[in-house]
Amino acid sequence: MDMRDKIKEALGDKVKGWQEHSAKRIYITLDKEDIYKSAELLFRKLGLRFIIASATDMPEYFEILYHFSNDPAGEIYSLRVLLRDKAHPEVDAITPIFPGAEWIEREIWEMLGISFKGHPNLKKLLLADDWPEGEYPLRNKK
Amino acid sequence: MSHKIIVPIGPYHPLQEEPEFFQLYVEGEKVVDIDIIIGYNHRGIEKLSESKHYDQVAFLVERICGICSSSHPYAYCLAVEDLLGGEANIVPERALYIRTMINELERIHSHLLWFGLAGHFIGYNTVWMWAWKYREPVLDMFEMITGNRNSYAMFKIGGVRRDIKDEDIPILNKMLDELTPALDLFRGAVMDDPVIKARLKGIGILTKEQAIDWCVVGPTARASGINIDVRRDEPYGVFDRIDWKVILEEDGDIFAKTVVRILELYESVNIIRQCLDKIPKGAIDADIKDIPAGEGIGRVEAPRGECFHYIKSDGTNRPVRHKIRAPSYMNVASDKLTAVGGTISDATITLAAVDPCYCCTERVAVINKGDNNKLMNGWDLIKLSQEKTLKLKEQYYGRLK
Repeated sequence: MDMRDKIKEALGDKVKGWQEHSAKRIYITLDKEDIYKSAELLFRKLGLRFIIASATDMPEYFEILYHFSNDPAGEIYSLRVLLRDKAHPEVDAITPIFPGAEWIEREIWEMLGISFKGHPNLKKLLLADDWPEGEYPLRNKK
Repeated sequence: MSHKIIVPIGPYHPLQEEPEFFQLYVEGEKVVDIDIIIGYNHRGIEKLSESKHYDQVAFLVERICGICSSSHPYAYCLAVEDLLGGEANIVPERALYIRTMINELERIHSHLLWFGLAGHFIGYNTVWMWAWKYREPVLDMFEMITGNRNSYAMFKIGGVRRDIKDEDIPILNKMLDELTPALDLFRGAVMDDPVIKARLKGIGILTKEQAIDWCVVGPTARASGINIDVRRDEPYGVFDRIDWKVILEEDGDIFAKTVVRILELYESVNIIRQCLDKIPKGAIDADIKDIPAGEGIGRVEAPRGECFHYIKSDGTNRPVRHKIRAPSYMNVASDKLTAVGGTISDATITLAAVDPCYCCTERVAVINKGDNNKLMNGWDLIKLSQEKTLKLKEQYYGRLK
């Protein structure tokens, strides 16, 4: 069974959208409530490697992509989560599953103002200590 | 009498690369905790990239790192080409060979740079001078191929900017020939020297489980037995048509990381040789005009590990989002595991083992948790590290004059 089927089986009805951009680039849309469980399944059960997460400020929502690499096949599975509450964007932290996500969640938090619930150490990573509260450099100005 | 001094370490000069700040907490000789503080050199390149058009971004990301100055533009071009339909389907054959060569030359000069500094940190200043001496011809090769010794401005979406001259190929081959004896020298110096073994074996261990949990990449991961290498796992350039192998070690200590890098140098020379041998004639640029809406991911095996770029386009001539993840972002975080529990005299080489840049270890404060609180700077630490090697040398070879 190849990784595609394993992931489909493991995530089951959590998958809300499955888009194959190419043979090696698969984007999977999830509800934001399912990200913790899904990341845990991919990382712990299926043994994928976490590359990084990328967040984008879109006009209607915030989008977070969690990129996982299936190294033996050279594939990247990107879990897509949309945060539609633009005033209070919040999602479960995946750092409790594996510490490799700590820095990027801190970075997204300070750069885009997305809060990560359950993050053990949510403090500034790159910005200066006296950076003004509520200013998020990677948010688009109206 | 106990006294506590707090000294600001710095200044954090933005011209230097990767100014991280490590704060070591020590009890006697033992490192009990470490704070890693980064962000002194955050230049907002991801945001800046949103204001440049696609051609300009390649030059912008080239300036992320002076050492990996081809890995970033390469990964960026791969990301845009992924959006357009894949590197292999767009980029002309000859350009793929040139890209591969540049990628490997960069690995050679970067590994030699690291090797020299590692030697310096443990008191082998001759190794330092030699490694850097033999790094010079590699930069000369860069100059012959790209016109620049650094920041090569070679990569563009759909190809490369400058062709390799046929008459240069024999000269490049000769320069590679001259490099090989130097590599033998370095390999011998590391593998056969009991002092280097005593200094690096069993120090700064990152176990396989830890390496997986902290998602480290590149030689740092391969030294801990994780079999990953983007060049093999998701081949770009012509890596799938070249005969080469991934170097893997199991121990996870600094010695293993050193061995991985040294053996990789041989593979890189081997790869460039085959490229020079097989390079076909033809165009070097696909002349890409428009970038449609969509998203793309590109990744390259930089000298320090996987370099990752993500591009989101809305069909205009500028990216909507450009996410960059350099390999050190994952590797440096693992210092929390490797340095804690060791001694201060091993801290310099342990922190340097993931191959961050020079200034990383220049900015170290040691706070002794005992009575006499004192602050040490990077030089004090290097001195401590070198003294330890000297003591070991005396043990092995008798008193040195």
